[in-house]
Amino acid sequence: MYFGLTEDQKMIQKMAREFAEKDLAPGVQERDEAHKFDRALADAMGELGLNGICFPEKYGGADGDYLSYILAVEEISKVDDGVGITLSATVSLCAWPIYAYGTESQKEKYLRPILEGRHLGAFGLTEPNAGTDAAGQQTTAVLDGDHYVLNGSKIFITNGGEAETYVVFAMTDKAKGVKGISAFILEKGMPGFTFGKREHKMGIHSSITMELIFQDVKVPKDNLLGKEGDGFKIAMATLDGGRIGVAAQALGIAQAALDHAVRYSKERVQFGKPIAANQAIAFMLADMAAKVDSARLLVYRAAWLKDAGQPYGKEAAMAKLVASDAAMEVATDAVQIFGGYGYSSEYPVERLMRDAKITQIYEGTNQVQRMVISGALLR
Amino acid sequence: MEIVVCIKQVPDTTEVKIDPQTNTLVRQGVPSIVNPFDKNALEAALQIKEKQGGRVTVLSMGPPQAKDALKECLAMGADQAVLISDRAFGGADTLATSYTLAAAVKKLGRFDIILCGKQAIDGDTAQVGPEMAEHLGIPQVTYVAKIDVADEAVRVEREHEEGYEVIEVSMPVLLTVVKSINDPRMPTVKGTMRANRAEIPAWTLSDLEVEPERLGLKGSPTQVRRIFTPEQRKQGEVIEAATASEAVAALVQKLSEAKIV
Repeated sequence: MYFGLTEDQKMIQKMAREFAEKDLAPGVQERDEAHKFDRALADAMGELGLNGICFPEKYGGADGDYLSYILAVEEISKVDDGVGITLSATVSLCAWPIYAYGTESQKEKYLRPILEGRHLGAFGLTEPNAGTDAAGQQTTAVLDGDHYVLNGSKIFITNGGEAETYVVFAMTDKAKGVKGISAFILEKGMPGFTFGKREHKMGIHSSITMELIFQDVKVPKDNLLGKEGDGFKIAMATLDGGRIGVAAQALGIAQAALDHAVRYSKERVQFGKPIAANQAIAFMLADMAAKVDSARLLVYRAAWLKDAGQPYGKEAAMAKLVASDAAMEVATDAVQIFGGYGYSSEYPVERLMRDAKITQIYEGTNQVQRMVISGALLR
Repeated sequence: MEIVVCIKQVPDTTEVKIDPQTNTLVRQGVPSIVNPFDKNALEAALQIKEKQGGRVTVLSMGPPQAKDALKECLAMGADQAVLISDRAFGGADTLATSYTLAAAVKKLGRFDIILCGKQAIDGDTAQVGPEMAEHLGIPQVTYVAKIDVADEAVRVEREHEEGYEVIEVSMPVLLTVVKSINDPRMPTVKGTMRANRAEIPAWTLSDLEVEPERLGLKGSPTQVRRIFTPEQRKQGEVIEAATASEAVAALVQKLSEAKIV
């Protein structure tokens, strides 16, 4: 067994770290306070080629592996995980299904601009009444000549309103239930495709989350992704990979919280010595570090399995479950170590604790991850 | 346009520690980076290439691990890189270094512009660039903050404390650049992957036409007697106030801000 990274992986990790420290660190607090989504940062990531890391050069990618991309999400999330999820939503949830299920002309038209960093992507599955129960889709798509007519709405859509390209799910045949769901590629600006309110969230303020509204949106037949009825399968496969991205975001949060806590506990002096000299604090740090590292091993393993072409659904669910719990627990402990200062927005651990919570919820709640894992065990 | 950029791999920290016993740098645990001013030189070279066309070659003299620094330059967009590495070059001062680099530039063949950072952040001598120009017998301009390349000549702005000088100089020419000249680009993912696959040739003593006694420690007239960190002197602060009680209030305010009281 070999735990080292390849030269490519190390260099992409370093590059993402430098980008995060140079371009993300200066404005992270301001973006959090102002709920500011900064498109220029997403574009900068695109220009650096971060969108295309794990896709073939043929489509504008860099021919790297999924683990390299995961390392980039982790590094970016260490500094601003809202920007991390912006990248992850574009790559894992929009570019990937188009790459995996799209036709050559769909890839040329929609995948290339994302991989070359010109477009952002989004994924529209969740509805007010179809969250964990994704099969309860109420958005409909009716075939009418050479196009489908979409009606309905989607909520909590990361990159909503900002993305140029959307992978959207709708019922083409209600009678068939799950098998009646189909996937479509929508473009921002299609007549009838509008955006509702921007979600006001507990955390990840530097990411944008919007409602998508479809009113008689005419979507060309050519924009059907896969075949009619493939939607649920595409959504589930996409989320398997997306979970590794969320897990990497969570890992970044957890590592950042640990780093802040270690630094602070060495600097903060009480009773004449740094608080780290108290075993009560030192042991908390030890537990936090062990959680971060166990999460990291699971996250990297899931990415490694995906790169090796082996099944990774169960392992991605484990990575997401463990990494997001680690993020929540480690960030909460970091706030505890900072004491009163930890509760103040002057220090970053308060934001990390708010940001961590969502990683236990989105792209499948951690209860759903347990369903996935136990389902695989009991099959 | 043939552009050569000379870079140095340096320790990445402003707090380089010095072993008090041996008076040498403690390099252990300190990551290495491309000297920041050299990145400005590379960025300037890439910008000239983008406007005029041509090729950017990066040279570095150093131990084998300096290849990592050259890789980073390739990732930023340099076309090729050459490492100059041999035990015979070790221990070189600026004279021996510039002599060796000049020999490597001659071996490269035709060149129009040589770009260097104004100085390295570890040695801070600012001598290698100018000395190279002397070895090569070409004009030089130091502390350049702006470069415009015309057909046969280069017009540059040379930074001063009180302003800048505009100088027009013929090619081939050696320029050393200051930080304010540009903001070096980040390497892209594709550039990074390409750089990882690139072959970086390492030239040794036998590749260069040089006189061996002018190389390395032997060819270095500079002798370091002692290196030390000067003790940092803390500047005191005078609180000026109209009355003593106001001054005391200001003092208490400062002490409580510093969490001393």
